[in-house]
Amino acid sequence: MKFSGLRAYAFLYLVFLYAPIALLPVFAFNDGTVIAFPLKGFTLKWFAQLFENETLAGALTNSLIVAFSTSVLATTLGIFAARSATRYNYPGKAGAMGLIMLPLVLPEIIVAVSLLVVLLAAGVPLSILTVILGHVLVATPYAIAVLNAAFSSLDRSLEEAAYDLGETKWSTFRLIILPLVTPGIISSALMAFTISLDEFIIAFFLAGEQTTLPTYIYSQLRFPKQIPMIMALGTVLVVCSVMLLATAEYFRRRGIAKTGAKDTGGFL
Amino acid sequence: MSASPIRRWARSEAASGWFMVSPTLIYAMLLLAAPLATIFAYSFFKDGYLVVIHEFTTQNYIDAWSDPIFRTILFRSVLVSALVTLVTVLLAFPIAYFISFVVPASNKSRWLFLITIPFWTSYLIRVFQWKVILNFNGVINSTLQGLGIIDSPLQMLNSIGAIAITLAHAYAPFAILPIFVSLEKIDRSLLEAGQDLGESKLMTFWRVTLPLAMPGVIGAVMIVFIPTIGDYVTPELIGGGKLPMVANMIQKDMLKIDNKPLGAAVAVSAMFVVAAVSLLFLFLNRRFLKVGK
Repeated sequence: MKFSGLRAYAFLYLVFLYAPIALLPVFAFNDGTVIAFPLKGFTLKWFAQLFENETLAGALTNSLIVAFSTSVLATTLGIFAARSATRYNYPGKAGAMGLIMLPLVLPEIIVAVSLLVVLLAAGVPLSILTVILGHVLVATPYAIAVLNAAFSSLDRSLEEAAYDLGETKWSTFRLIILPLVTPGIISSALMAFTISLDEFIIAFFLAGEQTTLPTYIYSQLRFPKQIPMIMALGTVLVVCSVMLLATAEYFRRRGIAKTGAKDTGGFL
Repeated sequence: MSASPIRRWARSEAASGWFMVSPTLIYAMLLLAAPLATIFAYSFFKDGYLVVIHEFTTQNYIDAWSDPIFRTILFRSVLVSALVTLVTVLLAFPIAYFISFVVPASNKSRWLFLITIPFWTSYLIRVFQWKVILNFNGVINSTLQGLGIIDSPLQMLNSIGAIAITLAHAYAPFAILPIFVSLEKIDRSLLEAGQDLGESKLMTFWRVTLPLAMPGVIGAVMIVFIPTIGDYVTPELIGGGKLPMVANMIQKDMLKIDNKPLGAAVAVSAMFVVAAVSLLFLFLNRRFLKVGK
């Protein structure tokens, strides 16, 4: 009965993974200022507080600007790198890709601190623009991971056929390659958006006087009075990111199906 | 068509490859390689209160390493990271095994998706939720008290264990995915061969499956260990700021004390220690990586 034991473990593990998230709505709808059991009754007032909060609205606007810009830039840079990595062989490729993918394993504090030092030395004022610079750096490797899968499942003979039929490099890219990798591009853009929306350390160091959603949340966690509202905010965020990811996953699978490759599953 | 060497090179595959990667590579050079080099350089500069004096000195490293607080924090960071890595990988292996060997092929990507969802939801809030779970009047204490198992609440927060659980939760998919990938690559007929040759299921696992899965396990260890050591939020929220790790020290040196060369020396020292521990680990496991090739 080894397998049923493993199955039970898998379900327990899912409980461990989901417990912190499952507790969010429990306290978000709880009519009590203290985050503890027993629960006090149902309320929507914490959600109402969210919508009246102007600082939060400002932080959210900033975060959306940052996330959208990061998403576009990281995906664009990701397309170049993924196309280069999957289509060409050249000396120094491993080193170039290694540097580009480095933020995946580098502690974010190192990225944040080194960028901070350089920007201050160069006299660049800190703002959400500098946050975007940092976010593009950390989101690009994830974009490349998704795009690599999309580009490597391309059949090279399609491209060669287009050349033979008189298409140029650019028109082949636009007419043949781009439509085939579009689902991968959408999926990568959504993922970069989600990463940026949630990123804290780089925003904490590089935003200067401005706040993003995570830095706002962090500043509020010190005040017990604000916690129920943060629980409501967390609930909203979880729902949003699950929807974003489900969309990303849908496009990723469709892209793989389109090029006829085998689904290896997973984002990373 | 004159075939000058430059023109020929410009049409070569290498040139196309470099040309294609150049926007991304230049971005990474300017905003990653150059800043990392700057931090390295800063760690050898002198601090002059509000300015950094560009004079070579090793004083920052001497100051950092002779400070017992720094040594304690660095030791604690390595210890916590190692503990987190051990817990994360041990908990993750059976899940990766389950998805690879038990779950039918059509359901595999659904399971992987299920495992990655929590990772994509607000990191700060997930960390904070562990505080809610482990608190004095938190979920675990009130459940145990409600069931009459304990009389007074357990003190679980502000401990290395609490930090380790929170980080093990945060890094779960990073450990599961590489192990899953290497398990998927195992030729299933090898396992049958093992059993046909008279090995028990357990011995087949120990002598065939595990060694073949080791590249994934090693990958998981690296991808959990290296970023964990630089975690800033968990020691602040779960450790209550009483158990700072190296990221908290870097932040303090860089921003609060505003001694950038010292902060840079701390950051470089931490990265050096991480690299040394990682290389040692890879060296000890080199025979498994050779099998992978």
